[in-house]
Amino acid sequence: MSEQIREYELGMHPELPPPNRQSGLVKWVMDNLFPSVGSGIITVICLIFLYYVIPPLFNWAFWDSVVFNATSREECYAINDGKGACWAFIYRRWDQFVYGFYPEAERWRVNISFILLAMTLVIVLAEKVRKVKGIMWLVLILPIICAILIPGSELLGLTPVPTNKFGGFMLTLIIGMTGIFVSLPIGIGLALARISSLPIFSVFATLFIEFIRGVPLITLLFIASTLLSYFLPPGTNFDLLVRVLIMVTIFSAAYLAEVIRGGLAAIPRGQYEAADALGLSYWKSMRLVILPQALKISIPGIVSSFIGLFKDTTLVVIIGLLDPLGIGAAAIADIKWTALGYELYVFIAVFFFICCFGMSRYSLYLERKLHTGH
Amino acid sequence: MSDNDFAIKINKMHKWYGDFHVLRDINLEVTKGEIIVVCGPSGSGKSTMIRCINRLEEHQQGDIIVDGIELTNDVKKIDEVRREVGMCFQHFNLFPHLTILENCTLAPIWVRGMAKAEAEEIAMGFLEKVKIPEQASKFPGQLSGGQQQRVAIARSLCMKPRIMLFDEPTSALDPEMIKEVLDVMTDLASEGMTMICVTHEMGFAKQVADRVIFMDAGQIIEENKPEPFFDNPQNERTKLFLSQILH
Ligand SMILES: Nc1ncnc2c1ncn2[C@@H]1O[C@H](COP(=O)(O)OP(=O)(O)OP(=O)(O)O)[C@@H](O)[C@H]1O
Ligand SMILES: [Mg+2]
Repeated sequence: MSEQIREYELGMHPELPPPNRQSGLVKWVMDNLFPSVGSGIITVICLIFLYYVIPPLFNWAFWDSVVFNATSREECYAINDGKGACWAFIYRRWDQFVYGFYPEAERWRVNISFILLAMTLVIVLAEKVRKVKGIMWLVLILPIICAILIPGSELLGLTPVPTNKFGGFMLTLIIGMTGIFVSLPIGIGLALARISSLPIFSVFATLFIEFIRGVPLITLLFIASTLLSYFLPPGTNFDLLVRVLIMVTIFSAAYLAEVIRGGLAAIPRGQYEAADALGLSYWKSMRLVILPQALKISIPGIVSSFIGLFKDTTLVVIIGLLDPLGIGAAAIADIKWTALGYELYVFIAVFFFICCFGMSRYSLYLERKLHTGH
Repeated sequence: MSDNDFAIKINKMHKWYGDFHVLRDINLEVTKGEIIVVCGPSGSGKSTMIRCINRLEEHQQGDIIVDGIELTNDVKKIDEVRREVGMCFQHFNLFPHLTILENCTLAPIWVRGMAKAEAEEIAMGFLEKVKIPEQASKFPGQLSGGQQQRVAIARSLCMKPRIMLFDEPTSALDPEMIKEVLDVMTDLASEGMTMICVTHEMGFAKQVADRVIFMDAGQIIEENKPEPFFDNPQNERTKLFLSQILH
C-alpha cells in the first residue's frame, strides 16, 4: 500500500511551500460557498433559485404594493393591476387587527396595558433592570393592573368590556403572555411534584401531566367552550376567555413540567447532597441550587414550549374567539376585500415570526450569558 | 463520660440498602477535637458510615448522637446537626452557577440568616486561609481540582461547623494537587477541629490522626493509634489491606 501512495524516492520528500494563508472576501467565498465541486454546484443552484424568487417577491411585497391609497380591492387593482400586494386591506382594518371589537372610546386602556406589558418584559428580560431592588414586585403587579384595566370594572369607574369583544393581536398577547407567565411556575411545581419522593404528589403530578399531554389542545379548548358548561352549576357565568386561559395554561404547564423534569434529572446527585450537607432546607436548596441549574439546562426546551404555545393561540379561532386569524377571515369575507388571502396570511406569518424569532434569539443570548463553565 | 462530651457517638448502628446489610453493628465514639482517619477496601461502607453522621443516609437500627443531638426522622434536628457538621466530597460538589464567593456565602446567608456583607467578610477570611482569595469572583469551572476542593473546604468552614467530615477529598485529584489540600486539612486539624476523614493518604494519617479505623464488609474491624496501627496491625484483613496500599 505505502509503495503506491509514496510518489517520491525514500528520503526525497519534495520541498513544498507552506499552505496558502489567504484571507479576505475571495477566501471566505471559496471556503464557504465553493469548498468542493458538489457544494459549488448546490451554491449555484441556490443562487439561481434566489435570483428567480427574491426580485418578484420584493416587487410584490414592496415595489408594486398599495398601502394607503385604496379603500377596496378594486381600487388596489386599479393602481397596480393586481401585480402587487394590497396592504391597504390591513391598513384600513388595522384597528380591528390590533383590538378586535374593543370599543374605540376605551382603547386607551389597552394601549396603557401594552405599555405596562412592555415594561414587564423589560424588567424580566434585561439583566440591569432586573437587579434593581424590589423591582421584581412590578412583574407581579403590572400584569394584574392589565388584567383589571382591560376587562374593566364598575367599581373603578371603568366601563366593563365583555371579553367577546376582545380580538386581534391584543387577544393573542393576552392568551400568549398569560400562558407564558402563569404556566412557568405551575410547570416548575408539577416537575418538582413529579420527582417528589412523596407518592401523593408524584402520582397526582404524573397523572395530570400524562392526561394533559395525551390530549390535543384543540380538544381541551372544546372542553372549555362546551363541555364545561354542563359540569358547572346552571346560571354560573364563567367567562369563555377565562376558561380558555386556564386550558392553555395547564396545557403549556404540562409540557413545561416534562422539559423541566429533564433539566432536574441532569443535575448530579452531588449537588443535592452538597446543599443538604450545608443545612439548606428543601425549598431553599431547590430555589438557590437546583432550579437555577435545571432551568438553565432547560432553556431551549422551555422557549420551544413558549413558542409553541404562542403559535397555538391561533387555535382559539376554532371556538369562536377572534384572534388575528379570525379577524382576518372575517375581513376577507367582506365583499370589498375578497380574495386577499395572500396578504392576510403573509401579514400574520410575519407577526408570529417576529415574536417567535425574538424569543428564540433571546434564549440563545440567555444560554450564552449563563454559561459559567469552561 | 456523658453523651454530651462526645462530638459524635455511634451506638450499635445498622444500615441496610434493601436486602443488603451494608453497615453492621457500628460503634464509634469521637471526642471533641479528635482526628479520625477511616480506611478500608472499596465497598466496605466507609462513605455510607460518615454519610449517616449528617443524615445524607438513614440508618435503621442503633443511635447516632452528634453534638448532643440524636438523629431521628425529626427534620428540625437533622437541620440542626447539618448546621454544625461540614462535609467535603470526593467530587467537590461546588455549585457551578455561583461564583466562588457566592458558593461560600450561600449557606451563612440563607441558613444562618447572616447579613451579606458579614458573610462575605467571613468567606474572604476562609478563602485566604485556603490560599485562594484571588479566585473569589471566578466560577468553579474555571478552577483546578485542587483549588476547587480547597474552596469546598472553605465553603464548609464558613458555616463555622464544630465537626468536619471528609469523604476521600483527595482521591479525584492529580498527585501535585493532593498536597495543597492535605496541607489545608492539616492546618485545620492543628486548630482543634473534630474531623473524620475517609482517606487512603497514609502519610496524612500517620502525621495527623489521633486514631485510625479500618473497615471491611460493613464492620469496624480494627481501630488504634496510628503507630501501632501501621507498625503492628492485629487483624489479618488489616495486614492484607495495608500490604496492598503500602506496596
Ligand atoms: N444507594 C445505594 N443503594 C444500594 N447500595 C449501595 C448504595 N450506595 C452504596 N451501596 C453499596 O454499599 C456498599 C458500601 O458503599 P460505600 O460507598 O459506603 O463504600 P466505600 O467504602 O465508601 O467504598 P469506596 O472506597 O469505593 O468509596 C457498596 O457495596 C455499595 O455498592
Ligand atoms: Mg466512598
